[in-house]
Amino acid sequence: MIDVVLNIVLLLFLLTMAVSILFIRHLMAMAMLFGLYSLLTAALFLVLDAPDVAFTEAAVGTGISTVLMLATLAITGIHKEKRPKIHLPALLLCTLVGGLLVVISLDLPPLGDEQSPALQGVAKHYLEKGKEETGVPNVVTAVLASYRGFDTLGEVAVIFTGGVCVLMLLGHWRQKPSVKVKNKIRITSR
Amino acid sequence: MESVLDLVLGHFNYWAVIALLMIGLYGIIARQNLLKKLACLSIFQTGVFLLFISWGYRHDATVPILAEGFSRYANPLPQVLMLTAIVVGVATLAVGYALIVRIHKAYGSIEEDAILEKDQQEQE
Amino acid sequence: MKSHLLLQVLARYLIPLILLFAFYVQFHGDFSPGGGFQAGAIFSAAMVFYLLAFGLPAAERVLPPSWLRILACFGLLLYAGTGLVDVLLGGEFLNYSVMAKTPLEGQHIGIILIEIGVGMTVASTLTLIFYAFAHWSRLP
Repeated sequence: MIDVVLNIVLLLFLLTMAVSILFIRHLMAMAMLFGLYSLLTAALFLVLDAPDVAFTEAAVGTGISTVLMLATLAITGIHKEKRPKIHLPALLLCTLVGGLLVVISLDLPPLGDEQSPALQGVAKHYLEKGKEETGVPNVVTAVLASYRGFDTLGEVAVIFTGGVCVLMLLGHWRQKPSVKVKNKIRITSR
Repeated sequence: MESVLDLVLGHFNYWAVIALLMIGLYGIIARQNLLKKLACLSIFQTGVFLLFISWGYRHDATVPILAEGFSRYANPLPQVLMLTAIVVGVATLAVGYALIVRIHKAYGSIEEDAILEKDQQEQE
Repeated sequence: MKSHLLLQVLARYLIPLILLFAFYVQFHGDFSPGGGFQAGAIFSAAMVFYLLAFGLPAAERVLPPSWLRILACFGLLLYAGTGLVDVLLGGEFLNYSVMAKTPLEGQHIGIILIEIGVGMTVASTLTLIFYAFAHWSRLP
């Protein structure tokens, strides 16, 4: 029972944080709030019995992506957003879609339900046979590395591609020519 | 009365996720600042993560690491999917930030209307 | 670069601990929460911390970007190569059971190998991304 209550309190915090990220105009403050938001998400994952995911979110969301956002702010040097106007069509669309989703959500199995379809198929097999078939007690690692190895290979390739894209956009070699020319001049003058 | 409380407790996660998704969607459409748009995109993404992890939760269960003396574990499958998605998410987010940096270098602004205005001026 | 004394002293004590924890998470991931993705993220967080405290030139002396590029490729190739070795040994792609005498041993070797590949790629890619941003922010 205590984890359900904790879950709801953390979710309320999370919603407050999301709304304040949307409305705050100072971008530096937004980056800080964003770090807090990720930390709250990590805590929520821990409450929902997902320590592996909480780990990753704490390191990636709170650490790296917040620092990347701050780096972007430092490069662009822009610290304040213009005063936003209320966008009526977007507001209408979001209320409509949100309302529809809430109606649909009533048909979903309640939180922690035993009969939930997500628990029936392969998940059951992983939990019952995982140790015998892979010899790894941590089922998350077993599924990640062994059962769904091909999937993970694709994910790693996507991360690699993302890194390549960033290097193409902000790569060092674009700036190299001017530096090289300077060096050459210095070398020849010596 | 009892059934209403059960409904709220059982579905609160979904409603919170829907609220997060809609906050993110509204921000992506309505905000002019590109950095703000990316932050809202992250909120949207986190909503999806939370939805999956909520599906993996089981009452009175423990974390999915097999050990003596426990028989009920949370569902590992959504956790695996989200674990990889988070790391992929930061790599793609970094591409977005890199694009913002390049846009700022080319246009001197990261407000959408200023960029559009400059584009139109160049065309004329 | 201005000197940030407090940050540097803190970094000197914290970074070894963070790196140690990253390696623990990498190699103990079979038995406790952890694995390549988490370890890579923690490792690159340590490198980001080092860069913030000591500046880009110092960080590039510790881990040159050229090494990182090679490591990122090598990690991905190690992963795919493990799959290919399984094919050559007569199994399916990424079926580790054929890599040793008993299927369980093979699974163990395979999982450790690909986790190392994942960890390498994630750590070096995220660090490289941050290097690129840091480099760009130093330009006039």
